[in-house]
Amino acid sequence: MIVFRRGGPLAMPGAGNNRAQASSYHIMWRLFTTIAICALVCAAFCEAQDDAAHSNAALQAAAPGVAAPFEMPAWPMPANAVDAPVLSELRARNIKPANPCSDAVFIRRAHLDVIGTLPDLREVREFLADRRPGKRAALVDRLLERDEFADYWAMKWGDVLRVKAEFPINLWPNAVQAYHRWIRDAVRNNMPYDQFARALLTSSGSNFREPPVNFYRAVQGRDAAAIADAVALTFMGARRASWPGDRQAGMTSFFSRILYKQTIEWKEEIVCMNPSPATGIESVFPDGGPARIVPGQDPRRVFADWLITPTNEWFARAAVNRVWAWLFGRGIVHEPDDIRQDNPPANPGLLACLEKEFVDARFDLRTLLRLVLNSRTYQQSSIPRTDTPEAEALFAFYPVRRLDAEVLIDALNWIAGGAGEKYTSEIPEPFTFIPDTHRTIALADGSITSPFLEMFGRPPRDSGLASERNNLPTDDQRLYLLNSSEVQRKLQRSRHLRAVTGLTAGNRQGTIRWIYLLLLSREPMPEETATAGRYFQSGALNTQDAVNDLAWALINSKEFLYRH
Amino acid sequence: MSTPRLLHPVTRRTALKRLLFGAAGVALIDRIVPLARAAESAGTAAGPAQPVRPACAPARAKAVIQIWMWGGPAHLDTFDPKPDAGNDYCGPLKKPIATNVDGIRICELLPELAKHADKYSILRGMTHGNNGHETASYIVQTGHEPGGSLVYPCVGAVVSLFNGYDAGYKGRVPPYIVLTSAQGRFSEAGFLGLRYKPFVTGGDPAQRQFAVEGIVAAGITHERQQGRRALLHSLDTLGRAMPPNQQFQQLDRCEEKAYDMILGDGGKVFDLSDEKDALRDRYGRNTFGQSCLVARRLVESGVPCVTINYRGWDTHKQHFETMQRKLPEMDKGMASLLQDLADRGLLDSTIVWWSGEFGRTPRVQWESPWNGGRGHYGKCFSAVLAGGGFKGGCVVGASDSKGEEVADRPVFPQDMIASIYGLLGINPDAPLPNPRGLDVKVLQPEDTHSSRAMLREIM
Repeated sequence: MIVFRRGGPLAMPGAGNNRAQASSYHIMWRLFTTIAICALVCAAFCEAQDDAAHSNAALQAAAPGVAAPFEMPAWPMPANAVDAPVLSELRARNIKPANPCSDAVFIRRAHLDVIGTLPDLREVREFLADRRPGKRAALVDRLLERDEFADYWAMKWGDVLRVKAEFPINLWPNAVQAYHRWIRDAVRNNMPYDQFARALLTSSGSNFREPPVNFYRAVQGRDAAAIADAVALTFMGARRASWPGDRQAGMTSFFSRILYKQTIEWKEEIVCMNPSPATGIESVFPDGGPARIVPGQDPRRVFADWLITPTNEWFARAAVNRVWAWLFGRGIVHEPDDIRQDNPPANPGLLACLEKEFVDARFDLRTLLRLVLNSRTYQQSSIPRTDTPEAEALFAFYPVRRLDAEVLIDALNWIAGGAGEKYTSEIPEPFTFIPDTHRTIALADGSITSPFLEMFGRPPRDSGLASERNNLPTDDQRLYLLNSSEVQRKLQRSRHLRAVTGLTAGNRQGTIRWIYLLLLSREPMPEETATAGRYFQSGALNTQDAVNDLAWALINSKEFLYRH
Repeated sequence: MSTPRLLHPVTRRTALKRLLFGAAGVALIDRIVPLARAAESAGTAAGPAQPVRPACAPARAKAVIQIWMWGGPAHLDTFDPKPDAGNDYCGPLKKPIATNVDGIRICELLPELAKHADKYSILRGMTHGNNGHETASYIVQTGHEPGGSLVYPCVGAVVSLFNGYDAGYKGRVPPYIVLTSAQGRFSEAGFLGLRYKPFVTGGDPAQRQFAVEGIVAAGITHERQQGRRALLHSLDTLGRAMPPNQQFQQLDRCEEKAYDMILGDGGKVFDLSDEKDALRDRYGRNTFGQSCLVARRLVESGVPCVTINYRGWDTHKQHFETMQRKLPEMDKGMASLLQDLADRGLLDSTIVWWSGEFGRTPRVQWESPWNGGRGHYGKCFSAVLAGGGFKGGCVVGASDSKGEEVADRPVFPQDMIASIYGLLGINPDAPLPNPRGLDVKVLQPEDTHSSRAMLREIM
């Protein structure tokens, strides 16, 4: 009965909210706010006592050994191909897998992992109330079609592909925009991964007009060895230095004939094959097989054709391992970009299974994501049922991780009601004027940053190494979140929180419930409602301050700050 | 390019000084002392971020308080009065007052500072010739030429690098504090990066509550802070559901340290209610005065670098009105700081450094639109140094009869900064870590704004 539209006061700054609100929309905006407020009032009164979602959540948790509100007693869906190898490995070591995660945990987790965005109230309520058995799979499908999916995964690929204007990558701003746009389009259009890699490796032309050529410009150093290192890291998840000497040298030869040519346009550069050496090249592929490049042939193509062959053991492995690490915080081979003989996968069967599925799906990344996201392994609770140390590496539970810097600041700004992040850059200011409504996950340029992003460990995109991202907590971060005037201001100015206070006036339980739904994407537990209620009653605070404090406590909670 | 030594006549006095302490002598001292230090530091385990620190003479100063006269104070109306230059130069401020040091006179609006002239020395021959705020600030704050591809760190960041956490600083508050607002691009960590940026307090110490960013939240009482923290803990549902794990334990540790600053003793250093009312009055109940008091408390607690950004000295118009209003404020705050530091035995180990980016035009601009203002003047201006090994009661160098040219002993910002570094035990020739791995030193000797002579006469 309650309908929230995207763009209303309680909607996420998502697809429909991307354009700046021009002042001519102001009246419509007010009208709309009023309508939304009326809807919220109705909802608060009509549904406060008996909400389908509410009883559903209570039902899910009512079993011994099941931690409410994070778990449910029984799986809502069958196991899939991913689960068999995981479970067989766990059984062999006598490790108990975690319980199924609850619907509330799932909707939050799926949103954060797939689109880097918190679910809005409407999505949470509809999902929790939905009784259809296939609702989780349906949610995954919907999320994969969202614009934020393209933003968020383009950001991840941007880290790997080093999309950055300034030192030490020096793509320069125009090329960064072209490169980022191309990557984002590839994600949104679900370009098969083999074509994606081939385009990046073999394109020739202007860095403005043929964006994938920027791959060869986004390297610290333009010698064949530096490029070979970057290619090995990006597409083979490997450090070239760990290979035998002849293969290291062989790898270099494929990138020994790249020509960079300036044009009269500022920072335009043509990347192409250097046609002048009229000789062929005898070399070896990284697997030791012989490579023969005839005169006039582009060595990059010879390498790319070898790389993306379905039987190439490196290519699919590196990709599935990387994607897995993005969803689970660690690769099956760990670090996810350090694949080598003496760093074996934690679960070889699982890795083989994913490789096969990926190749069979013709390198379709969304199919791969669907497979993993719909698995029981992914949908486990984050609460381990074992204290075996290797349980985490064997994926016996979903590991908690602090939100990415970009995702966290977007979430905080969303709560604040759309105020954008203020960016800085080492280069002169023009490039940091970014509309307020522009999400940080959608930022093209790694050189454009903010004190928050630096403090929370956003990767500098200097090397493409997965370890550049630092999601560990620091004292500064804690001080900032607990007590900075910035966070305090975000709460005080939050339209969402003011709306909640206004609409649920006189109904304290309702207030608490809406804040929980808004910030933690779930119903509060009865004890939580009681605790929060006591805080409201306890003292000298007016309701708005008490609401802000509850919101403050929730955004500072582990449940908010960590993917779980 | 000519060196300043050739530009200005070498007096017998300066020649003698150079003979005794000149560049060669300095270099020699720098060679001898550090060997022992280097050997000592080589044994300690160092992380990759640890700066290489070729040591110099042992530090005499533990801390520096920089009073940054933002906008550029008039040298003629502060520490270099020219009562004989006439109305066009002095305006209404024609009667400089004697200080407690024979022969040193300063502006009549600085009676408190006149009682403490034995504690500080005045550099009257400061020069760099640059009249732009940003570029001049950059020169005076960093000791480097503007332009070029690297943005150098300012003095505070360098002190933070060499005498902060990496050097074993264990204080609860960060090692480099700016009161109360940051200056922006040119008072920052430059290429040293975020780790060496100052902690900028925000807030106003003259208010009932000094709202230090992150530590003291304005409008949130101690009780409410405690209540919120209790609420946060009692609503920690996920934390309780999870068995002990590294991720959450680390977050809890960070939280504890944060609350040591917010609710515990860590943030107490910013709480001026501990101080006697009489003392607070003496400093002056204004932002600058109370900032001086906070600076003393910070230094007392071991912070190696405090910058007070003192705004309002860019007096193109209404210059003398502004002087009448602001100089008494500066006088009280700075004099009380010197006195208080001395009373507590801290002045010997604390440098107090007073300077703006430049001085102001000695000739008053009576004409419209200024109607009695002073413009930017980088050719000749004054700076003041006290404590931490700097002798008091001296005047170094001199300007001409109208304060327009340096008449004797020009001091370039780099010389002054090198001297400050020297007393803090920072070798001006030490390499600075930088993102390109270039060979970059704390100070570049080939800069034109250097005479390569430290202020030996007052050290």
